[in-house]
Amino acid sequence: MATSYGPLSIWAVIVAGGLATFAIRLSFIHLFGRVDEVPPWLERALVYVPAAVLAALVAPDFAPASATVEAALTPELLGGAAAVAAAWRTEDVLWTVAAGMIGLHVARFLL
Amino acid sequence: MDSRVPPDLRDGIRDALPLLLGIVPFALVAGVAGVEAGLSPLQTVGLSVVVFAGASQLAAIDLLGRDAALGVVVLTVVVVNLRMLMYSASIAPYFRELSARVRAGCAYVLTDQAYALALARYAGDRDRGSTTRRPYYYLGVGLTLWVVWQAGTVVGVVFGAAVPDSWRLGFAVPLVFLALLVPAVSDAPSLGAAVVAAAVAVLGAGLPFNAGLIVGAVVGVATGIALENAGVVDGDGDGGGGGGNADPAEGH
Repeated sequence: MATSYGPLSIWAVIVAGGLATFAIRLSFIHLFGRVDEVPPWLERALVYVPAAVLAALVAPDFAPASATVEAALTPELLGGAAAVAAAWRTEDVLWTVAAGMIGLHVARFLL
Repeated sequence: MDSRVPPDLRDGIRDALPLLLGIVPFALVAGVAGVEAGLSPLQTVGLSVVVFAGASQLAAIDLLGRDAALGVVVLTVVVVNLRMLMYSASIAPYFRELSARVRAGCAYVLTDQAYALALARYAGDRDRGSTTRRPYYYLGVGLTLWVVWQAGTVVGVVFGAAVPDSWRLGFAVPLVFLALLVPAVSDAPSLGAAVVAAAVAVLGAGLPFNAGLIVGAVVGVATGIALENAGVVDGDGDGGGGGGNADPAEGH
């Protein structure tokens, strides 16, 4: 899954993403006094951003290539299931990644 | 400038130390995943220095590795980091008397963890008169996390380049997303947001420019708001109407 973008494109993403992120961080710290608070509608929407974005990010990584049971039962899916179980119990990044990696390699060995 | 370390700065550094258990593996993954996705070591470390926001960095690495459109990569970074608007607004009153340059520095090191720790301390601070010492605690947390994040990325870059591909270390990226996703799904509306976003993202996987991701996120957020409006709450007796309003993005 190595990128085929050249250095210029990648640096452009890094700089643009960095500037945008800095602008978000600075926004109210800089503006305070002119704007008192986040508009309520935005605040409500932001509550659901982490769940929605993270789910949209991971889902394609685990989605089966076709709708048969055989195709669905991939080592990635089993590793992901182990990770979800670990995340549920521990809410810890380290344990979640460890469980997922172990699950992946055990499943690759068994399947 | 006083040569002694201000006590608040020391407190901030000390309070940041337990967080490193969660930060270090995250930073290692950011370094490993960058080189696995075909970024150069310098680009991978540059991403950590310039963006300095873990989940958005992994999202960018993931999308670059899939050759998503560059605009979608940047837009995804923005969406993932939008939550920091809330942090910025919430912490801004404590920084209002600082110079513009110091405020810019404070903004640069704003993270989930620095925000959460500093707000807890400042909100408990009865003495609202003395604002001048205030950024030291925040900067103690923020700079500690910054240094460890950069060091962890460098170690990950070196380590990631040295291990064989068959170890599949790149798989750690979606695993980190799962580690962040599960605690973010704390009630029925956020579960609905996640499920709908995931379904739309999968169905839209064939759309050009990886647009399924953005469409999925937007529809997911709309679903969460709609469920909240419809009064859907989880059944385990949380009568407080959003009383368990724990910050979903906060890492422990």
